[in-house]
Amino acid sequence: MFKILERETLAEHINKFVVEAPLIAKKALPGQFVILRLHEKGERIPITICETDPEKGTITLVVQEVGKTTYELGTYQAGDEIADIIGPLGKPAEIEKVGTVVAIGGGVGTAIVYPEAKAFKEKGNYVISIIGFRSKRFVILEEEMRKVSDELYVTTDDGSYGMKGFVSDKLKELIEEGRKIDLVIAIGPAIMMKVVSDLTRPYGIKTIVSLNSIMVDGTGMCGACRVEVGGKTRFACVDGPEFDGHQVDFDLLIKRLAMYKEEERIALERYLKERGKA
Amino acid sequence: MKKIPRQPMPKQPPEERIKNFNEVALGYTEELAVKEAERCLQCPRPFCVDGCPVKVKIPEFIKLVKERKFSEAAKKIKEDNVLPAICGRVCPQEEQCEKKCVLGIKGEPVAIGRLERFVADWEAEHGEIEKPEMPEKKGIKVAVVGSGPAGLTCAGDLAKMGYDVTIFEALHKPGGVLIYGIPEFRLPKHIVEREVDYLRLLGVEIKVDVVVGKSITLYELFDMGYKAIFLGLGAGLPKFLGIPGENLLGIYSANEFLTRTNLMKAYLFPEYDTPIKVGKRVAVIGGGNVAMDAVRSALRHGAEEAHIIYRRSRAEMPARLEEIENAEEEGVIFNFLVNPKRFIGDENGWVKGIELVKMELGEPDESGRRRPVPIPGSEFIFEVDTVVIAIGQTANPVLLDVTPEIKRNRWGYIEADYETGKTSMKGVFAGGDIVTGEATVIEAMGFGRRAAKAIDEYLRTGKW
Ligand SMILES: Cc1cc2nc3c(=O)[nH]c(=O)nc-3n(C[C@H](O)[C@H](O)[C@H](O)COP(=O)(O)OP(=O)(O)OC[C@H]3O[C@@H](n4cnc5c(N)ncnc54)[C@H](O)[C@@H]3O)c2cc1C
Ligand code: FES
Repeated sequence: MFKILERETLAEHINKFVVEAPLIAKKALPGQFVILRLHEKGERIPITICETDPEKGTITLVVQEVGKTTYELGTYQAGDEIADIIGPLGKPAEIEKVGTVVAIGGGVGTAIVYPEAKAFKEKGNYVISIIGFRSKRFVILEEEMRKVSDELYVTTDDGSYGMKGFVSDKLKELIEEGRKIDLVIAIGPAIMMKVVSDLTRPYGIKTIVSLNSIMVDGTGMCGACRVEVGGKTRFACVDGPEFDGHQVDFDLLIKRLAMYKEEERIALERYLKERGKA
Repeated sequence: MKKIPRQPMPKQPPEERIKNFNEVALGYTEELAVKEAERCLQCPRPFCVDGCPVKVKIPEFIKLVKERKFSEAAKKIKEDNVLPAICGRVCPQEEQCEKKCVLGIKGEPVAIGRLERFVADWEAEHGEIEKPEMPEKKGIKVAVVGSGPAGLTCAGDLAKMGYDVTIFEALHKPGGVLIYGIPEFRLPKHIVEREVDYLRLLGVEIKVDVVVGKSITLYELFDMGYKAIFLGLGAGLPKFLGIPGENLLGIYSANEFLTRTNLMKAYLFPEYDTPIKVGKRVAVIGGGNVAMDAVRSALRHGAEEAHIIYRRSRAEMPARLEEIENAEEEGVIFNFLVNPKRFIGDENGWVKGIELVKMELGEPDESGRRRPVPIPGSEFIFEVDTVVIAIGQTANPVLLDVTPEIKRNRWGYIEADYETGKTSMKGVFAGGDIVTGEATVIEAMGFGRRAAKAIDEYLRTGKW
């Protein structure tokens, strides 16, 4: 059992949890994730680790409510316990001094790119961050990102805050202005990572993405998470989750992510109906 | 005296059982068990024991069954085998003890496995599971990584010798393949839980959710005061065919299909959260026990047609005969001498067909089975909604990649001494599928047992 010590709603449908997990807190590096299972009947889902505090033995998870499990987790309060948290899993991000790094976060992906932006900054890179959201009320971690970035740009799809448009629009601006960019890290919805990768490809700007495929065990045992990178099958949970965006077959990823769309709808509707009754 | 025939196993009728995940074989009644036990000749030189990898004292326990001393019979088995309810269900007895039974020469061997199962279940039902007498604690810590049959056996034996044993398991539930792989209808999970509880009774501590190599390393375990480590990691990495279209939607590895079904209880979706997609026409590729488990699970998930696609013929299938027969009774359709060349998808990326090529059997290969060779131009399309690939597993490198001191062979399995389980890293022992490659529950247990002995010796003498 893993106890929730703090819980905070960061934005509509986006919650932050600080959880007691000393073993994981000691080991986790930026880019790694955990698998969690809420209770005996729960499914196993991957969540990237946002922050760790090895001294206190805690990890921070930022979770968007999208399906049954994440909605249910949204009702968990400080003091509640999560049945299982397994990790840290996956390969850590490669953090090196490369020069100028553009860290891009789309929606809740901002919580995942945050520790990496921070680590790149600590390594002495010039960090430009672009974080994008649907609308003002979904903006998260702006202050945190500002602290670890040399420049920060916020975009919203509807223009209600920051620049109107997508993160890729801002990136395009930077590229067209002739800014020297050595590395792009893009983490967010698959479609966003695809657009960013397509954008940087002709310029030959190295682009790293973090693939959020469907997982079961998270240790290489099942192959649920398989993705195609450079024409080869890879397991996102052990070979990734980070890959060269220019090599990833995003269309396949997007299709595979929708594999249980129908079941996810059934489960969520059933859950929300029950919750409504309670 | 009239010859008693081998007593058949009462089973759920096929048309019923394909609608549920409950156990197929119902087990002997006391009467059937005693009657079957009476068939045993009590050979003074029992060959059956030679056939048993852990040398259960078979004639002795059967004699106790005959005398209706069921509780004593259970104790007798447990002297050599800590997991009798499991072995009685899943051991390939026809290739081990029963193969050597003298009665089998002219007729049918004694149903040793069924008797073992009966005795273990009887003991459990009658609440007579007792903690054996335990020696004084030695105050020495040993770590066991992996809670499959190898790890469980090793841990149990070490605990009985007085060691403080901690098992570290990556999944959220202990049991290894017994929990995530073998289906409920062949091995009910409460039986595995019962056996795991017995280990807890012996004082074994079980820590789940710990991926050794990720959450903690072997070096750290030694630093924490563990004096020896046993690795029972299993062969958990799924093999794929490596043909075009394999990542289409609706194509599962057997590991994923069975894990969703057994560990995550996807057959109870949406009461349980984990979903599984099983269409009307399911094809399982492979001919082993894992393939049989997958295809029979597919039927229970509601498939209208469940097919086996196997590249050799029925005679070469590695699955146990009993399981093949069960599958046949349940209406599984077997397609022999065909091999997949590629998968074909629809516009949304879902698998809709497999291109199969017909095969014929040629010369025997290194496994002694006749090698299948494709017949040119015989390709055809086999329509499917769901595919499960059950062509085998290999070693999972998660722990070994971060522990280079442990030598591996060219297939990625650990090089360990057969008698002791010693690896190339001091204080680290290994056994089960991670050493032998995919084998059996009982062989994994045998390995765990030999390693426990060797660990004890190492810790007493300090000699490596
Ligand atoms: C579907 C299926 C059906 C089968 N049917 C039969 C049958 O009928 N009869 C029979 O005799 N055999 C059968 N087998 C084979 C048998 O199950 C295996 O040979 C046996 O379970 C091997 O035992 P093990 O202890 O070596 O490993 P496993 O049972 O594989 O257990 C290994 C455990 O180690 C854990 N682990 C791995 N790496 C780590 C790590 N780094 N840190 C922590 N934990 C880790 C795994 O999660 C797993 O729980 C079957 C196998 C399968 C897959
Ligand atoms: S999640 Fe099972 S192999 Fe990656």
